[in-house]
Amino acid sequence: MSSAFAIEVNELRKTYGKEQLVAVDDVSFHVNKGELFGLIGPDGAGKTSIFRMLTTLLLPEKGTAKIDGYDVVADYKQIRKTIGYMPGRFSLYPDLTIEENLRFFATVFGTTIAQNYHLIEDIYVQIQPFKNRRAGKLSGGMKQKLALCCALIHKPTVLFLDEPTTGVDPVSRKEFWEMLKRLKAQDITILVSTPYMDEATLCDRIALIQNGKILSINTPQNMIQQYPEQLYAIKADQMYELIKALRKYPEVMDCYAFGEYAHVSFNGSFEDNKLKTYLKAEGLTQIEIKPVPPTIEDYFIKLLKN
Amino acid sequence: MRTIRFLLEKEFRQIFRNKAILLLIIIMPVMQLIILPLAANYEVKNINLAVVDHDHSSYSQKLISKITASGYFKLTGYNASFKEGMKLIEADKADLILEIPHGFERNLVRENHQQLFIVVNAINGVKANLGGAYLGSIIRDFNNDIRLQLLPVSKFSGAAVIEISSSNLFNPLMKYKFFMVPGILAILVTMIGGFLSALNIVKEKEFGTIEQINVSPIRKHHFILGKLIPFWVLGNVVFTLGLLVSWLIYGIEPLGNLLVLYLFASVFLLAILGFGLLISTFCDTQQQAMFIMFFFMMIFILMGGLFTSIDSMPDWAKIVSRFNPVSYLIEVMRMVILKGSGLRDILPQLGTVGVFAIVLNAWAVWNYKKRN
Repeated sequence: MSSAFAIEVNELRKTYGKEQLVAVDDVSFHVNKGELFGLIGPDGAGKTSIFRMLTTLLLPEKGTAKIDGYDVVADYKQIRKTIGYMPGRFSLYPDLTIEENLRFFATVFGTTIAQNYHLIEDIYVQIQPFKNRRAGKLSGGMKQKLALCCALIHKPTVLFLDEPTTGVDPVSRKEFWEMLKRLKAQDITILVSTPYMDEATLCDRIALIQNGKILSINTPQNMIQQYPEQLYAIKADQMYELIKALRKYPEVMDCYAFGEYAHVSFNGSFEDNKLKTYLKAEGLTQIEIKPVPPTIEDYFIKLLKN
Repeated sequence: MRTIRFLLEKEFRQIFRNKAILLLIIIMPVMQLIILPLAANYEVKNINLAVVDHDHSSYSQKLISKITASGYFKLTGYNASFKEGMKLIEADKADLILEIPHGFERNLVRENHQQLFIVVNAINGVKANLGGAYLGSIIRDFNNDIRLQLLPVSKFSGAAVIEISSSNLFNPLMKYKFFMVPGILAILVTMIGGFLSALNIVKEKEFGTIEQINVSPIRKHHFILGKLIPFWVLGNVVFTLGLLVSWLIYGIEPLGNLLVLYLFASVFLLAILGFGLLISTFCDTQQQAMFIMFFFMMIFILMGGLFTSIDSMPDWAKIVSRFNPVSYLIEVMRMVILKGSGLRDILPQLGTVGVFAIVLNAWAVWNYKKRN
């Protein structure tokens, strides 16, 4: 069986419990072969449920999903041979060493470390000095690297990474994404989920997801370009007072805290000096106003508001 | 086969890496087997006896010294009134009161008839029962002595007497250790096998490692077999150690064939491990598994025929104990070790436990879901 898409999801739905809590609400998307696709959304958006259905761990209530043309319900045996899955929670054997874990998962899939060493070489050399250390004793970043090695060792065609960078330090996060880019070059399709918006721009295409629904699917660049208004970053000595003042200002369309700045968009024309005078009159000092390019997060916030 | 081989390799690695648990598995049963049979004593000794003697005669003295000389009783009170004796019972200082009436010796000699009064504290049922019985038989003995003394030997003497002589088959000296040790060994093997297997799959669930197994092409029965075999081997090791201890320390040598014993133990282990794995597939946390296993262990042990004979249980309990694999193990251990039963004698038990093994393991495989 061959298919144009690596992953094809059609109106997938899953509800939990007696309350019929909708975790995944008729989600549809597809991932091209060799693509790095990101599911971006806050905690509880339904990302893990989608992952578990696609990796044949959870039965969908409704809808279909195909991995490499194989149905996740009917052909689950075939899928289990060809995918790599790295759950959000570290799930390797803590009492086995790095090397033993890797060898175990290689043999589980009927292969050897030597056979696919080229796939993991870049990553494995970084943890190799500790290969006789037990997995439970590794640092967070090293655990992630080992988990990625174990998910890759059988040369999967599709790799599922569920929040691989949650709880990992910024340097390791950056390294991790660089590793993903190199994997993409090996023709491995990657579906990755993350709650971090800054990581979204590193994907080929992303789906923004909230409350089990996909809000938008596009390339990160297109999403940013689609942002309709000019955004301004405004800073003052008191953030809370600043936002309160801005919300009262008639021309302000939207205003929210964004790091140490407030991101603001305006209706129609905007005059720098007029706003500054207004804010000073409100008792604010050290006022700084500058135009900024929108980010994925701005786009996401805008989608949520509509 | 290859899959099972590396699953086993992994399990054994994990077991041998956890040195503390491994030592506990090996040393604890040995220690318990050395200590518990010494404590689980069915002979009742040191029964506290208070005597209320209204007679103060040489006969009453003779009776008291005969009782204390038996070794079963400790004289904790020698009182003048029954009330004082009762106080001792209330203070838990006496288990029994023997009241010797005034004129005990005189009436016995003159009228050939006298009564004694025994009061038993029945809070501890076993002690009370046995204490009362011991005291009764000592007094009977005393009575016979007196009759021999008082009645001159004559051709008219006495009515016909039935004398009973008994012989204890298979355990001639009635050593309680001979039936306790095999029973305790059976329970230890059950506990080791049951708890280890009950906690194992659930541990993988808690650690999340089961996720990685579930997305892999590993077959369900391979996974369960990979869990079953290591604990089966460990169970047999513990069983062997136990047999060694009972031979070296208690001098118990199985009369029957060792192979028969091992055959039964092997099948039994499969059954109890299957039961543990079944619990493991139902539970989400080790705590849940622990409590469920504990619940069943209590039933297995108390209704297994070690402490109370199954034959004397009510009918419903007999039916329940028929589903108790441990009762079969205890029974077969005693049969083979003490009685020298052969394979043919234990076939019914072997068949039943074999059915348990098949059903429980098949259920465990069926109930272990790789997806939900």
